[in-house]
Amino acid sequence: MKLTPQMIEHIKHNPKYQLLVTKRSKFAWTLSIIMLIVYYAFILIIAFDPSALGKPLSDDSVTTIGIPIGIAIILIAFALTGIYVSKANGEFDDLSREVKEELEAELAKEVKS
Amino acid sequence: MKKLLTIILFATALFAGGAVEGEVHKQPLNISAIVMFLIFVAATLGITYWAAKRTKTAKDFYTAGGGITGFQNGLAIAGDYMSAASFLGISGLVYLKGYDGLIYSIGFLVGWPLILFLIAERLRNLGKYTFADVASFRLKQTPIRTLAALGSIATVTLYLIAQMVGSGKLIQILFGLPYEIAVILVGILMILYVTFGGMLATTWVQIIKAALLLSGATFMAIAVMAHFGFSFEALFAKAVEVHPNHDSIMSPGGLVSDPISAISLGIALMFGTAGLPHILMRFFTVADAKEARKSVFYATGFIGYFYILTFIIGFGAIVMVMADPTYLDEAGKIIGGNNMAAIHLSHAVGGNFFLGFISAVAFATILAVVSGLTLAGASAISHDLYANVFRRGRVDEVQEMRISKIATVGMGVVAILLGIAFEKQNIAFMVGLAFAIAASANFPVLFLSMFWKNLTTRGAVIGGSLGLATAVLLVILGPIVWQQILGFEEAIFPYKYPALFSVTVAFVAIWFFSITDKSEDARIEREAFEAQNIRSQTGIGAEGATSH
Repeated sequence: MKLTPQMIEHIKHNPKYQLLVTKRSKFAWTLSIIMLIVYYAFILIIAFDPSALGKPLSDDSVTTIGIPIGIAIILIAFALTGIYVSKANGEFDDLSREVKEELEAELAKEVKS
Repeated sequence: MKKLLTIILFATALFAGGAVEGEVHKQPLNISAIVMFLIFVAATLGITYWAAKRTKTAKDFYTAGGGITGFQNGLAIAGDYMSAASFLGISGLVYLKGYDGLIYSIGFLVGWPLILFLIAERLRNLGKYTFADVASFRLKQTPIRTLAALGSIATVTLYLIAQMVGSGKLIQILFGLPYEIAVILVGILMILYVTFGGMLATTWVQIIKAALLLSGATFMAIAVMAHFGFSFEALFAKAVEVHPNHDSIMSPGGLVSDPISAISLGIALMFGTAGLPHILMRFFTVADAKEARKSVFYATGFIGYFYILTFIIGFGAIVMVMADPTYLDEAGKIIGGNNMAAIHLSHAVGGNFFLGFISAVAFATILAVVSGLTLAGASAISHDLYANVFRRGRVDEVQEMRISKIATVGMGVVAILLGIAFEKQNIAFMVGLAFAIAASANFPVLFLSMFWKNLTTRGAVIGGSLGLATAVLLVILGPIVWQQILGFEEAIFPYKYPALFSVTVAFVAIWFFSITDKSEDARIEREAFEAQNIRSQTGIGAEGATSH
C-alpha cells in the first residue's frame, strides 16, 4: 500500500492519528530524558565528586554505595525499555490499528460516492 | 595528568576492540579449545548450508526475508554488540581498576533505551535494507546515499581492522596459531558465512555465539559467587584484601576525570551506537515495528545482564587469579596481560576443559562480529552505491545479489590484508574513530531526516560531511594519533574523544545549511515530510516480511 495525497489528507486530519502522534512522542521523549538525566547525573558525579560513590554502605562493610547505584542504572535502562515496549505494543499499536481501519473505511466510502 | 593519560590509554585499548594489545607470544597448541572450536565451525557451516538454500532474493540476503522474531533479533543484536573486546576488555578493566569497569559498561548500555524510544520503530517503518534507505527517503538519492555509504564503509572498515588485529593476537595466545594464519582463517570463515548464507546465516551465527557467551559467563559468575557463599560482601572483602590498590577498587578511580572528556565519551557511546550500520541493519530483519521494539527490549536485557556478569568475573579474577602463581609470570604480572583475566579465571573455576570452552567462545565471538560488519559494508556497496547511485535504481535483483557477493568477498580480502598490515601498528584509535564517525556523520543525518521537517539535501550533505571531517581531523590532532603514533610533544586537540565537538559541528551545519536553502527542491523535500512521518508513525506502506 502506497500513500496517496488523498490518504495523507485523511490521516493528517484524523483525531486518533493526532492523538497517537502526540501521546507516543511525549511518552518516548519523557523516557529518553529520564535515561539521559540518570546517566549524566552519574557521569557528572564521577567527574566532579567521585568520593561520593566511594562511601561504604555501612560502617563495617567494604561494599560502597557506588555498586548498587551502578547496578541500579543497568536495571533502570532495562526497565525503561520494558515500560516503553508494553505501552507501545499495546495501547499505541491499538490506536494505530484504529487509524488504519478508519482510513480504509473512509476510502471505501469515497469510492462508492 | 600522567595517571589520567595512562587510564585514558587503557580505556582506549578497550575501546579499540583489539582484545589483546602489544606484543604477544605464541602459546603451545591448546587441543581442547581447538576441538570445541572445530565443533562450532562445523555447526555454523552447516547452518550456512541450510541458510544458503533459503537465500534466494536480495531481501533474503540483506534482511533474512524480514522473518526473524523479536526475541531472536534481540539475541543477535546482543551477539553483534558483545564483542571479544567487551568480554575480555571490561572484565580485564575490572580486574585492573575495580569499579571503573562498571562505568564503562554503563556507558555502552545506556544508548540502547534511546535507540528504542526514538529510532527503532521509525527505522523499521521507513527502511528496506540499509539505514541509507531511511536517510534518503524524501531527499535526493545520489548525494545522500553516497554520503551514508561512505560513512558506513568508513565505520565498518575501521571497526573491522581493529577486530581482525585483535582476533589475530587473541587466537595466537589461545590456540597457538601463527598470527597470519589466524587472520586468514577468520577472514575465510566470515566470507563463507556471508556470501553463501547472507543475513540468515549471519544472524544464526550471532544467536549461537550470544547463547554460548552468556552461558559461559553465567557459569563463571556462579562459580565465583558459590566460592563466597553467594555473598557480594565476602567477594568484595577478599578482593580488597588481595588487590594492590585495596579500598580504592570499590570507588571511581579517574577513568573519566574531566567533565569534557566524560560528556564527550558519553555522546560517542550513545550516538555512536545509534549510527553503527551493522546494528541499524538488524532492525530490517524483523517483520514490523512491534518486533523491532521487542528486539531492543531483549537486547538491552541480555547486554545489561552480560555486563553485570563481567563485573562479577572481573572481581572473581582479582581473588582467584591475582593471588595464584599459576597465572603469573616471574615478575608477578598476569600472563598475557590484563585482558586475559577472564580466560585465566575460566581455568581456575573449570579446569582445562572449561578453558577450552571459553577460548572457543572468544573465537566464535570474533567471527560473529566480523560477519555482521562485513555484511553491512557489502550492503552499502551493492545496495546503496551500485544499485541506487551507479544504476539509479534501475537494476535487476539477480545482478544486485551478484554485486553484493562480490562486495562481500572484496571486503573480506581487504579485511585480511589490512589485518596483516596493521599487526604491529597501534590500532587503539580505530574503534574510537569508528564510533566518532558513526556519531558525527551517520547519526545526525539519520536522526534529523526522521525528526526534522526542514532538513534538506544540501543541509544533510554539507553538515554530514563536516561532521565526518571534524571527527577524523580531531582524532588525528588528538593525544592518541598526534602524540603517541606521530610522536609529537603535545597534542593540538587535547581530548581523546572528539564527539562532543564533531557532533555539534554536524548538527549546527545541517541546521544552518537547511534553513538557508530556498531552492525549489528544498520546498518539495519539506512538503514530503508529512507523508514520511505518517509512514514512520503508523507503518502504512512499510516493507513487509516474506514467508518461505
